[in-house]
Amino acid sequence: MKVELNVNNARASVEVEPRTTLVDCLRDNLGLTGTHTGCEHGICGACTVLLEGEPVRACLMLAVQADGYAITTIEAVAPAPGELSIVQDAFCETHGLQCGFCTPGMVLTAEALLRRIPDPTRADIVSAISANICRCTGYGQIVEAIALAAKRLAGSNLPRQVVPGEPA
Amino acid sequence: MKPAPFDYVRPASIDEACAALAVEESVVIAGGQTLIPILAMRLARPARLVDIARIPGLAGIREEGDAVVIGATTRQVEAERSAVIAARVPLLARALPFVGHAPTRNRGTLGGSVANADPAAEIPLVLVTLGGVVVVHDGRTTQEIAAQEFVLGPMMTALATGALVVGLRFPVWPDRRIGVGFHEVSTRASDFAFAAAAAQIALDASGRCTKCTIGIGAATPRPVRRDALATKLIGSTLDDTDIRAGVADAVAELEIMVDSHASPDYRRRAAKALAVRALTDARDAARGVPV
Amino acid sequence: MSAPVHFKFVETPRRVREDRRFVAGRGRFVADVRLPGMVHVALVPSQHPAARIIEIDAAAALAMPGVHAVVAGAELAAAVDPMMNGLDTPNVRRFPLAVGQVRYNGEWIAAVVADSRAQAEDAAELVEASYEALPFVLDAEAALKPDSVPVHPDHGSNVLLDRTFVWGDVAQHFAQSPHQIAFRVTWGRNSTVPVETFGVVVAWDPWNEILDVWASIQMPKYADQIARALRLPANAVRVHYDVDVGGSYGVKRGIKHTVLAGYLARRLNRPVRLIEDRLENMRAGDAHGPDRIFDVTVAFDSDGIINSMKMRALDNVGAYAGRAPFQLGKPVGAIVGPYRIKSVEYRAVSVTSNKAAQEAVRGFGQAPTNYAIETAIDRVAAALGLERIEVRRRNFIRKDEFPYLIPSGTRYDSGDYHTVVDKVLAHVDWPALQQQREQLRAQGLLAGIGISACLEPSGGNSSFEPLLNPKNTTSTWMESCRINVDALGYVTATIHTTSSGQGHETLAATVIGEVLQIDPDRIRIVRPDSLASLPGNSPVGSRMAIMLGGAAFHAADKLKRKLIRIAAHQFGCAEADVDYATGGIKQRGGPGQLSWIDLVTIAHRNFHLLPAEMEPGLETTHVMQVPTGEALPTPDGRVQMYPCHSFEFHVVLVAIDPDLGKPEFRRYVIGHDCGTVINPAIVKGMTLGGIAHGIGAALLEEFVYDDQGQMISQSFMDYVLPSAHEIPEVEIVHHCTPSPFTVLGQKGSGESGYLGAPAAVASAINDALAPLGIVMSKLPIRIPELSDAIAAARASK
Repeated sequence: MKVELNVNNARASVEVEPRTTLVDCLRDNLGLTGTHTGCEHGICGACTVLLEGEPVRACLMLAVQADGYAITTIEAVAPAPGELSIVQDAFCETHGLQCGFCTPGMVLTAEALLRRIPDPTRADIVSAISANICRCTGYGQIVEAIALAAKRLAGSNLPRQVVPGEPA
Repeated sequence: MKPAPFDYVRPASIDEACAALAVEESVVIAGGQTLIPILAMRLARPARLVDIARIPGLAGIREEGDAVVIGATTRQVEAERSAVIAARVPLLARALPFVGHAPTRNRGTLGGSVANADPAAEIPLVLVTLGGVVVVHDGRTTQEIAAQEFVLGPMMTALATGALVVGLRFPVWPDRRIGVGFHEVSTRASDFAFAAAAAQIALDASGRCTKCTIGIGAATPRPVRRDALATKLIGSTLDDTDIRAGVADAVAELEIMVDSHASPDYRRRAAKALAVRALTDARDAARGVPV
Repeated sequence: MSAPVHFKFVETPRRVREDRRFVAGRGRFVADVRLPGMVHVALVPSQHPAARIIEIDAAAALAMPGVHAVVAGAELAAAVDPMMNGLDTPNVRRFPLAVGQVRYNGEWIAAVVADSRAQAEDAAELVEASYEALPFVLDAEAALKPDSVPVHPDHGSNVLLDRTFVWGDVAQHFAQSPHQIAFRVTWGRNSTVPVETFGVVVAWDPWNEILDVWASIQMPKYADQIARALRLPANAVRVHYDVDVGGSYGVKRGIKHTVLAGYLARRLNRPVRLIEDRLENMRAGDAHGPDRIFDVTVAFDSDGIINSMKMRALDNVGAYAGRAPFQLGKPVGAIVGPYRIKSVEYRAVSVTSNKAAQEAVRGFGQAPTNYAIETAIDRVAAALGLERIEVRRRNFIRKDEFPYLIPSGTRYDSGDYHTVVDKVLAHVDWPALQQQREQLRAQGLLAGIGISACLEPSGGNSSFEPLLNPKNTTSTWMESCRINVDALGYVTATIHTTSSGQGHETLAATVIGEVLQIDPDRIRIVRPDSLASLPGNSPVGSRMAIMLGGAAFHAADKLKRKLIRIAAHQFGCAEADVDYATGGIKQRGGPGQLSWIDLVTIAHRNFHLLPAEMEPGLETTHVMQVPTGEALPTPDGRVQMYPCHSFEFHVVLVAIDPDLGKPEFRRYVIGHDCGTVINPAIVKGMTLGGIAHGIGAALLEEFVYDDQGQMISQSFMDYVLPSAHEIPEVEIVHHCTPSPFTVLGQKGSGESGYLGAPAAVASAINDALAPLGIVMSKLPIRIPELSDAIAAARASK
């Protein structure tokens, strides 16, 4: 089937079998290999992408279901080649990762959280990342990274991004 | 872990969807958060998927008389963030954060959760507890089935082949002083619960219980309401001792689910403790005590 | 130890250079490797725990679209040699696919190769195998019985290893001790279960006769083993170490996957990609961990001094041996933990069963052993009515006793256990913590404080191999580094392994920067492929801070000495009369002064200015032997296992709702001493991650087989990995006792946290249960079982 996707603000027309999951489509058809597959049954969160700004499992969605949505993958988070977003930079600052396999999902989850809740509590952060399994860090430095990013975003002069469907 | 091949159709209307579902080996997909893992593990191999997610009019939350009707394809996250749900169906609002986790609630639908009828699912438990109704369309007629009669057992419902859940009707209590409670226990927050309990009560001005409903899920093959317990508690002031004694009786006669994840004794014990907490939370909330 | 007194880069909070590419999604994992014409493998699993394979009919599968081949065990076994056995058990033969007989549920019986993974799975479903079911055995004690059905009939029994060591006068110490306690604890079969499954991509170039391998690997001697099994010259196998590995913590060994993919790549003359899916990984990735029963008896005095210990460790290795039995050997190097136990009888028994095979898991058997030892300490304290911490204090080796020789022959390098405990107790406010426990109890909860103290042997030698296999004479486990300074003065250094999150690039750069006194961020770190690499043994055994750090240190030191020689030669003075600072060199008490680029230019361009017989250019290498790793084991099994011993001390407060049985952490504090910390963020991450992994082992994770031999925890629905909700905020109390055996005083930390957390969590739960008079003695301790035990105890009161 032919599907018209909107990934990272670019239109992409792909030919996929109906059974192709969004994560396989992103990786195999579009070459966006920053989205990882860990379990392919919706538990680990390694395949997290943003759909209309909200985190979803790309392994729990078929590519043919994805037309018409704005999809964001980790490749679109850095503002420029070699330049990190505030969230990405905070992950580097606190070493909120080790092997890097769950990291794209964690970063996207954090980006979405901080757009919804600019000043999250520890419980908010834990709840947001609880859908993403990390086997390396024990989550401590990930929580620190997101809290640090929130602090830096609050002090930055970046325009607040508007969450789709939410009042600005 | 790739699904076996299937066809995919996206009907434009409810009637088209019912016609599509009448073809053998067709299954509905809406959010897909339960279905897709099953497909990926090839535990199901339908010939085609009928995607109802974008059928106009199937999603949305609206107040209708003494009820709130939630369209079948309404995403769980929308209900979770809905001011209408928070104000009018607070028990559902209380339970929704327990459903899967945020990324699955971003895609999962309310109708899908009820149609799937997992014994541990929170949304069917709330619907049963509140005496809600499942609105079903079979291509010709629209039918309203009481939630208690809709959910028959683990992954079993009264939904006929070719029929579609189109909405859920949650009764709204007009009472001034109502309170809700919802508790469950699971290994991880997002795992299937071993036991769950939901309660909603209303108090009169003197603090006496005028309405009460209590439901148990996950510990049982399907969510069940404990009406005898509710009847017993109505008229009382819902003291701790009333609640404890009542719950002990109500739980003793439960039909408990038997599987390898937990002993029946555990599920019964947990159901009892959770029911006490749910009722206590509901009472305290109605009394105005912060929960 | 020739460490500078004050470090410039070591121990300072510096970023981990690897992180940049990962936060941008620009890591390069094996699944990201795409080659033209690449085909995909799916595996056909056995439905039986034990069965004779009568026939495998691939006709229907071969007729499916996109299918290139279906290969079963018989074809493969004719073309490749069996995989290496660790022990001398030649009749326990192991191939990547079952040959003639299946030995566990899920074992791969055939590989299907197709244009896409989905097509390969479609065809795999159509491979028809007919079996004759055979009797099977799952339980270790049943498997140990002489009349048990043998998993490998040619081997004759299920016993792979049964050796009893006696170190010291156990009989006398038992006879002289007024008290004895015997108990059993069981460690459930869990593993590290990385989020990335194992994967490998192999391409064969028949014109150059070279097999290129990209793999998600953490395996010593990987290329050698692939070459041997595929009957290729070792220099025909080229492993690309620049593949990022998505977590391993021991298990990513992948020999069977790679031998299979290598065979298929050669047979089909196409690049072959074998990436396990989660079901393949859980069932038959052969990456389960120890599955162990400990029977322990300790003999002790009335003041709590433990004189002697008898331990039998019975490990259920599953269907094949691999390196699993060695996981009973490594703990010999810390068999008394941090305690002055005078003598030990240790019986190590390894049996086969019809479960999946084990692989090395973080700590290589040490975490289960520590759980057994720490349980013993708690039981002694309970028996005598003594404080658990006091019993530990009385038995701890004192800081003035190091280097300390334990009965089994390992000399511990250094430590100050009493001080770490003091610091932790001060940090937690011990009386307040006990009060908090009482408050929780008063609220109707069960509440307990868990304690554990243990060692992390580090530096990763391989002395357990000769210890358990007399034919094995391995006495080195080297690691290497090469540094090259180019003609423009930029520094590039090599590491010769893949990494799975340990930050080896940061480690090497930091150490080299420290020695050369140049900014580590300006040093490039590269990973040559295996054919261009120096000898190395991969990041196992908590060894890289010591071994890669050591190799980098020595290579940098050689480079510095060369620069000093060059400078002294120009100045016409003795080498002792120059000062090296931030890359430049000055003559002490003279006018001589050469900048870094001056020195580089001489080395690269001015041969006429070099000292006699010095090679031009600026390049040094160092191949480092494991410190203290010189000798083979003695005949009675005494051995210097690893060189360094990090210490950790856990204090955990847990509250349990008695009805629901769900333990909740109220406090988690760890005191940690791994000597000199090279990068604080890395060490912290390892410790926190290890604790999370240990909490999983204690409460959540287990590979479960039903009584029909079917594995029932094949997915992440049933094998429960801790999420952020289940892991508490952990407070770390640092202490530094440098190792005298390493270049900077560093010790290992790659297994920290994991080695003591399971014992600490179990200790907390048992402290909570103590008022009920019951103990939980099998891990994991699951919520329903815990609640049921509480209810039973209450009912019987």
